[in-house]
Amino acid sequence: MKKMLVAGALAAVVGSAQAFCGFYVGKADANLFNEASQVIVVRDGDKTVVSMLNDYKGDAKEFALVVPVPTVLQKGQINVGDKKTFDRLDAYSAPRLAEYYDPNPCERRVYEMMRKADAPVPAAASVGGAAAAKALGVTIEASYTVGEYDIVILSATQSDGLETWLKQSGYRIPANSAKALAPYIRQNMKFFVAKVNLAEQAKTGFTMLRPLQFAYESEKFMLPIRLGMANANGPQDLIAYMLTKNGRVETSNYRTVKLPANMDLPVFLKQGDEFRNFYKSMFGEQAKKEGYRAVFTEYFWDMGWCDPCAADPLSPEELRKAGVFWVGAPNSDVQPMPLPGQPQARIMPPRPFPGGGAQPVMLTRLHVRYTPETFPEDLMFQETKDRQNFQTRYVLRHPAKVEPNACPEAKPYLESVIKRQENEAQQLATLTGGDINAIRKKLTLPPVPPQKPWWDGLWGNGAAK
Amino acid sequence: MAIDARIFQIGFQAILLTAGVLLRDFSLLPLQMALALASAAATQAFWLRVLGLRGVGYLSPMITGFGLSLLLRADSLWLHPLVACLAISGKFLIRVRGKHVFNPANFGVGVALLALPGAWVSPGQWGNDLGVAVWLIGLGALVAQRARRDDASWLFLAIFLGLVAARMFQLGHSFERAWEIFCHQALNGALLLFAFFMISDPMTLPDRPVARRLHVALVAVVAFSWQFLFYRPNGALWALLCLAPLVPLWDSIWPGKRHNWHGNRSLQNIVAAQGKIPG
Repeated sequence: MKKMLVAGALAAVVGSAQAFCGFYVGKADANLFNEASQVIVVRDGDKTVVSMLNDYKGDAKEFALVVPVPTVLQKGQINVGDKKTFDRLDAYSAPRLAEYYDPNPCERRVYEMMRKADAPVPAAASVGGAAAAKALGVTIEASYTVGEYDIVILSATQSDGLETWLKQSGYRIPANSAKALAPYIRQNMKFFVAKVNLAEQAKTGFTMLRPLQFAYESEKFMLPIRLGMANANGPQDLIAYMLTKNGRVETSNYRTVKLPANMDLPVFLKQGDEFRNFYKSMFGEQAKKEGYRAVFTEYFWDMGWCDPCAADPLSPEELRKAGVFWVGAPNSDVQPMPLPGQPQARIMPPRPFPGGGAQPVMLTRLHVRYTPETFPEDLMFQETKDRQNFQTRYVLRHPAKVEPNACPEAKPYLESVIKRQENEAQQLATLTGGDINAIRKKLTLPPVPPQKPWWDGLWGNGAAK
Repeated sequence: MAIDARIFQIGFQAILLTAGVLLRDFSLLPLQMALALASAAATQAFWLRVLGLRGVGYLSPMITGFGLSLLLRADSLWLHPLVACLAISGKFLIRVRGKHVFNPANFGVGVALLALPGAWVSPGQWGNDLGVAVWLIGLGALVAQRARRDDASWLFLAIFLGLVAARMFQLGHSFERAWEIFCHQALNGALLLFAFFMISDPMTLPDRPVARRLHVALVAVVAFSWQFLFYRPNGALWALLCLAPLVPLWDSIWPGKRHNWHGNRSLQNIVAAQGKIPG
């Protein structure tokens, strides 16, 4: 039996969410429905680079993003990134299907097949807004224009003052924002407030919001998800790509759970959107089962290789764009990495990182569906020394096409296929909380004779029919 | 005669471990656990033989083996037995006036985190389910009380959680939020496990009650600071480990009656009496 293809990078977009690590402040309450928020966190020691992808879909003019940050950021610490980085990380680490083909029991021939990955692209939006300068117990520590964003870094002494400042600046912020802001002020954190400069945005030619990145040093390895819950309405999704040097990242104040993976599932998952739908409902079912109290690991692998690959690993240039500061700078003596063209199914061998010395990049992909009640605290992380690879990979086994009478082995083989397909269907039903009978209907079983009665062959004379 | 409190502790640890492996997605292999226990017992046997000690049983290495299995995660098979060996050896070798300085499991975890590759501790992995907490408290209290050092567990929890509550207040959380966060902290399985099974270890706490309380209070304050002022995980484990060398100092300032397990002559007293290991 030979392993073949790798399929379907699944866009990690499940459910709907309104906010992310900070909150979006909009004048309109409507149209704030985002898909899963995505964050890249690069960390080694206290050095941290965070990238946030704005999936805001409301009116650009009404948009602003408020994120608590540990220090007043210099202009050079802020960057407007490329959404492609997120797409690449998503595609590389996405849940995947692997297909195997049974050999013909008569011929033992190996079939091979390949399938194209599909990585849907979330829609983007544009933004705009005017800044009000008047402060009320609020200090504007710095203000910059970076790319299409107007950015102010605020410090505040009182949450009421900050709320008032934001309101006076023309933003209708959620009713209890002051309460949500207070703990960050007391921790002496600053607030990164970004709006879109429409004129600059026109110059860039981008119609969508590009991700914001910032680099800072902080002993806190955390993501401030609580602020985004101020205007929450039901569970929210966050996908975090954690890039580190030593090992897997997990949350230290919540459970981190590996999603069920590496099991055989019915082959119809290959068709159309079936796999995406399966993954969505499977994730939903698992999150519910954990009472929305767990963070799920979807992928953990050394960035140098993959097996099977849903997409090529990121090149050193792409990694630097993602904020991986320990990977060789582009103009240092870097050996260009030979990247193969578009093969979809293969094992990439581990490859050395440029810049002398192996400085690995480990990617942990975490997916959390949270509610205000089940995640009372911000997410705190720790990097473990765990280096055991993990991926959400699901296996499809295609039965061989063979007539029951083709050879003596064919009949028992086809019977085992039926049994196997029933197991796969039950597996699927358990994972997704789906209806087993609906799944059975979807299964197109090869024609096989009905099950023999138990007493068939009991008397040694074979045919009881 | 009462049963040795450690029997309860071993039983309870075994229940917890089983529940954890079955219900909590622990990345712990049964073989890792078996190797930890076997290695701990073998190391104990080795040192008892080398030092010619008699009348000392194997309950302590079992507790250490289970404790390491509960706490330590590893991506290899050799790590658990190695750490168990180091932990038990540490108990025999690092002694002051015949009393071992470090709680063996605590010492093992510290060494593994600091010096060994592929070892980690998952403080969030117990989750915060009420059921787990109740079980931990209920059964843990039993063990702690039988070990007659029950004040340590409760004092540690009171001070640590008191500081957590004070921090909520200082950060200006609304009452509802503060209560939610407090519950989240107070129901942390790893914290309760530490309080009932590690800091309550009568052998590595100061002998005089007043010194014991002082030491436990220090551990709680350092653990809190580590976690909430320096934002590092596993505050309690590090605090206990780093402060353990102070215990001999407290014992010399405030000498007290040494703890003795029921039905099992204290290793420490034997060691001290025989003068096998200079204090």
